[in-house]
Amino acid sequence: MTTRRAGLGFALSVAALGPAVLAAGPVQARQVLTVAAFPAIDEIVRAAVPHWKKLHPDVDIKVVSRQFVDHHTAMTTALSTTVYLPDVMALEVGYVGRFAQGGGLEDLSREPFGIARLRSRFVPYAYDQATARNGAVVAAPADIGPGTLLYRADVVARAGVGEAELTRSWDSYVAAGVKIKAVTGAYLMPHARDMKDIVIRTGIQPGEGQYFDSQSRVLVTSPRFVRAFELARDVRRHKLDAKVAAWSNEWSEGFKRGTLATQFSGAWLAGHLSNWLAPDTAGRWRAAQLPDGAFAAYGGTFLAIPRSSSAATKALAWQFIQLLTLQREQQLAAFKSQDAFPALVETFDDPFFEQPLPFLGGQPARLLWRDAARRIAAVDVHKQDSFASEVIDTELDKVLDRGKNIAVALADALRLLEKRARR
Amino acid sequence: MRLPAAMSLSPRWAPYVLISPFLILFFVFGLGPLLFSLVLAFQTWEPTAGLQAMEYVGLGNFAFALEDEWFWKSLGNTGWLAVVSGVPQHLVAIPLAVFIHTSFKHLRDGVIGAYFLPYITSTVAIAILFSSLFSTDYGLINVALGALFGGESIDWLGAPENIKPAIAMIVFWRYVGFNVVLYLAALQTIPKDLYEAATMDGAGRVQQFFHITLPSLKPMIFFGVTLSVIGGLQLFEEPFILTGGRGGSDQAGMTTAIYLYRMAFDFNDFGAASAMSWLLFVVVALLTWLTNRAFAPRKGSA
Repeated sequence: MTTRRAGLGFALSVAALGPAVLAAGPVQARQVLTVAAFPAIDEIVRAAVPHWKKLHPDVDIKVVSRQFVDHHTAMTTALSTTVYLPDVMALEVGYVGRFAQGGGLEDLSREPFGIARLRSRFVPYAYDQATARNGAVVAAPADIGPGTLLYRADVVARAGVGEAELTRSWDSYVAAGVKIKAVTGAYLMPHARDMKDIVIRTGIQPGEGQYFDSQSRVLVTSPRFVRAFELARDVRRHKLDAKVAAWSNEWSEGFKRGTLATQFSGAWLAGHLSNWLAPDTAGRWRAAQLPDGAFAAYGGTFLAIPRSSSAATKALAWQFIQLLTLQREQQLAAFKSQDAFPALVETFDDPFFEQPLPFLGGQPARLLWRDAARRIAAVDVHKQDSFASEVIDTELDKVLDRGKNIAVALADALRLLEKRARR
Repeated sequence: MRLPAAMSLSPRWAPYVLISPFLILFFVFGLGPLLFSLVLAFQTWEPTAGLQAMEYVGLGNFAFALEDEWFWKSLGNTGWLAVVSGVPQHLVAIPLAVFIHTSFKHLRDGVIGAYFLPYITSTVAIAILFSSLFSTDYGLINVALGALFGGESIDWLGAPENIKPAIAMIVFWRYVGFNVVLYLAALQTIPKDLYEAATMDGAGRVQQFFHITLPSLKPMIFFGVTLSVIGGLQLFEEPFILTGGRGGSDQAGMTTAIYLYRMAFDFNDFGAASAMSWLLFVVVALLTWLTNRAFAPRKGSA
């Protein structure tokens, strides 16, 4: 009976009548807080429910779970029509910047939320990622993806290459790749595009985004793009990339067979490799900081509240978000069960960080990632970023596959982007 | 047992009530989105800010689309794929239908079924199957080619010059059976005495094919080609899945439908995407009209 009533409450609230009815109604029905999430995050939310019920026995949590892309499409649609909006939505970092433009998400720096007072408790770059240009903080960081270089220690050792050679500089990394390819036949990386992706994210000046500065000026002809394109071309010329896209069958096959020697990624990839991508390669992988002293974030999850929710719902939603993001136990539980690297700084002294990782041959790699998390800087987002990334990818394709001149390619990208920058 | 009077339907309203399921579905899922996209084509809109964030920009989106070199590039890709995957469909389907029609008696239905099967199979399943067949290092196609001819394995879905042929092959394979069924149906309507008379006059099978079969098939060719034109210009699923939703290296497999999808959902520009979809509609309408001019039976000529 209770469940049926809760179901009815949900049906009402999704019809956008609910919050008003529930707040005004004389009979206090069981309240339901709807949380929309994607895999892994949905598990973390479900695991937090028992703790939440102790604090709020009369408020049920309903988790609406969708696949990653479907979830974000559904959130876009829900925000555009303000129908079927959840009370709390999980967002991947790439969508936080995009949704911040629209103003559909509540500014958590305002009262009664006051996230600015809690700022020092979050990993700095993650907090900055949730901050829009106008100062609004549209989401709270739930987990982060500190970037790391994962490499096959056995393959690299067979080629007589040490970790220092891999990470000293980009040139040294590519040179190591040549040796690895010659001796073992393994590719250095899945795709030359990955090389470009990481290099254009290094050396970004304050106030600049990846592709545009704060005045929407296009930055794609700057030295970091030239360098990124040159390095990617070197990788391709030496046949060091397997020409496979991440998450494709060939990609996971490459990990299983040991034909991919290194991978730039978020720390979370170690968990995926160990759980399902290539469990048989346990013990042969190691983690290192990214080459050339680079620090970059690969993904990260945030929790946001839609602006159109009622004040009462928002207050509850904020309490739930605080439970997930500011509670040491919840953050560590998510880290332990789902490899969700904590965004809460005060968890960083937990002994769990020092534990050796069997998949990485007993290396206490979380210390490395913790160090990276403190040193990553957030990059400004621009509303045309996803378009810009497509332009740059396409021009790189032309350089790699059709032998186009790099200066011409970047000039063409500049021309295309200037047309869009102010659109 | 009679229903209470309040629940019975007066004959005056019954037809409307009975037809309403279709009309409601059509208005909600057909006409509604169509009109919404027409409105959207004249607006600039940040979707996550809600419906009230729309701003009228007149023909701005259309002007932008017509100046957008990627839009033209995608139209070029679409045209290439429509021709290379569409023309062989009919060139193969017509002789194949004649062959099945004349040579198979008991096995006929089974053979037709085998050719028709790809058409009713889920596009997603087909695309996933082919992407593993086309895989550079582990795919069966390269393994077979390597065993037969040797040489380096072909990067089917990675190299820009190979993407379009790979997609065209799949589209051809998928729809050729559908066209065979169309032509088989048309062949059954050609009177047998025409062939008998031709045989009496000494016409061979090839002459019969060109002078009786082909002219009699003309109305069906018109129908089949029209479907191929419309389907070819709206090509989306096969290249979308084969290229991981991106359109492939140098966007060589990016059809107009993929581009306008990405324009809306990846690049967040719903206004320009709607304008492009209406421009695509104009292109489809124009080419359908041209097909009509080329194939439709003309008055007075019959």
